[in-house]
Amino acid sequence: MSPWILGFLLLILYPMLSSLYFSFTKYSLLEQPVWLGTQNYTFMFTKDPLFWLAFRNTIWIIVVGVPLRIVFGIFTAWMLTLPRSGSRVYRTLYFLPSMAPPAAAALAFVLVFNPEFGPINQVLKGFGVSKPPLWFYGPGSSKWGLVLLGLWGVGDAMIIFLAGLLDVPRQLYEAAEIEGANGRQKFRFVTLPMISPVIFFSLVIGVIYGFQLFTQAYVASLATSGSSITDAAANVGAPQGSMLFYSIYLFQQGFQSFRMGYASAMAWVLFAITMVCTVAIVKGSRRWVHYQGGGFR
Amino acid sequence: MSTIGQLDEAETAISFAAMRDIDRRPVPPAVRRHRFLMSVGQHAGLIAVATIFIAPFFFVVMTALMTDNQAVTPSFIPRPFQWGNFPEVFRQVPFIRYTWNTMQIAVLSTVGIILSCVPVAYALARMRWKGRQVAFLFVLSTLMLPIQVTIVPLYVLWVRVGQIGHLTPLILPSFLGDAFSIFLLRQFFLTIPEELSDAARVDGASEFQIMTRVIVPLAKPAIAAVALFNFLYNWNDLFAPLLFLGENQKLWTLTLGLTQFQQRHGTEWNLTMAASVMIMLPVIILFFLAQRAFVEGVTLTGVKG
Repeated sequence: MSPWILGFLLLILYPMLSSLYFSFTKYSLLEQPVWLGTQNYTFMFTKDPLFWLAFRNTIWIIVVGVPLRIVFGIFTAWMLTLPRSGSRVYRTLYFLPSMAPPAAAALAFVLVFNPEFGPINQVLKGFGVSKPPLWFYGPGSSKWGLVLLGLWGVGDAMIIFLAGLLDVPRQLYEAAEIEGANGRQKFRFVTLPMISPVIFFSLVIGVIYGFQLFTQAYVASLATSGSSITDAAANVGAPQGSMLFYSIYLFQQGFQSFRMGYASAMAWVLFAITMVCTVAIVKGSRRWVHYQGGGFR
Repeated sequence: MSTIGQLDEAETAISFAAMRDIDRRPVPPAVRRHRFLMSVGQHAGLIAVATIFIAPFFFVVMTALMTDNQAVTPSFIPRPFQWGNFPEVFRQVPFIRYTWNTMQIAVLSTVGIILSCVPVAYALARMRWKGRQVAFLFVLSTLMLPIQVTIVPLYVLWVRVGQIGHLTPLILPSFLGDAFSIFLLRQFFLTIPEELSDAARVDGASEFQIMTRVIVPLAKPAIAAVALFNFLYNWNDLFAPLLFLGENQKLWTLTLGLTQFQQRHGTEWNLTMAASVMIMLPVIILFFLAQRAFVEGVTLTGVKG
């Protein structure tokens, strides 16, 4: 236990407490922290439009991205349960994108979805779409590009759903068939309740990680604004702040503008939001998550 | 519960027997045709989705082989195939140095994680002591803590000890444990029958011996999964290297180097994609070699929780 206790104290508890302290100060790393009271927090909530922009963008990507990812994850996992042969090959191919380094995957998507020469818009134009979206280059569509990137890397969620689907006892389907259930009813009343713990798990993880979305959005917005990775302060969230997410804004405030106190306050607000959302999902889940053994495992 | 389980098993046995009997009868041609069409339809659907998943890789490789002029045109097939892009990547950025840096971080962190997490997971899963459940809840709660909460003070800490721009902040913390790895290992250790430990105890083995001689050999798949996840995580990570290595380009990792073709006159897409191919390739090879461990590891995180 001892290395972990040391790690816990040094890497979790001490930083937690000191970031809580920093969040009430003005701290630029060069001078000592200056006590501000709750000013960081009041500024954040009442006077910082960028904070609210980042917050709204983050909520958008979670509300749109997480459910789509769960639905697509279940769909692809279900497809993998169908064939009598070759499912191993398909499983490998479907899983592969989730292994790609996020930075490389984001760059690939910026290219594939390039409005002028990317294949997606070529295909769309071929189908007669006269004004295909600008994707990562347009403020209205850049977040959709990130959502599609998330769907492409659905493999990790898919594998868990696949395990859940394969765990559903066959007899339940047989019993449902005897009762005269059709395919849709079997899915609604057998499959969904049986995999609901897995859906619950993906939902919680999806929301927690959604608030921390960083790499893909950061790299994509660098690529579209053409700035270098260490000198991106002016361009974070390009185009036009549409990819300014909570963690990106926090990073920019803390480590590019060296407002360590403000970044710490943002981090604690993030922690509070994450906790509230997680607790809300856990509470709400008692209505729809079905545990086979009964009770909460 | 157990009687119901037994009943279920009995039923399954019966229905399997029934199915065998059905299979022995000759299948009517109409049914056979229907089954064949179904399976053709299924494979068509599966192939269509597989194409969507693989297409971006294909496009990346194709762009990696184009000239820089052709890379910004709508064409799909390189003309000519410019294999020189790959050596060009090495000429423009210190790719070998980045690989070496990334390897150091990924390998040493993985070693650190295994050394530090196996004993903790063992203590949480297989030893009885006061406060065990509380300790486990602490581990779980750190899983929920956003890294943003601790990152500012950690950064300040590393600045104070003069390690910003060194590899230390990226490697050393791994030797102090990691909540996710502890969680995954604990879940696996719990599935190993207690009788094995008891037998070893009767033979006079210490807890440390039981861990190293009994549990670790049995838990090889889980340990392999943890090792692979950590290697991959460090190989793919951008945030920590960006934060801790900053301007010190000598120690940059591959993911940081990948963005270097951005500057100057716009993005050099062909070189960016050539570098991407070279970064993805080891990961893909690793995946094919250790597919089982990966899939079982991912499954373990979600289902047995």
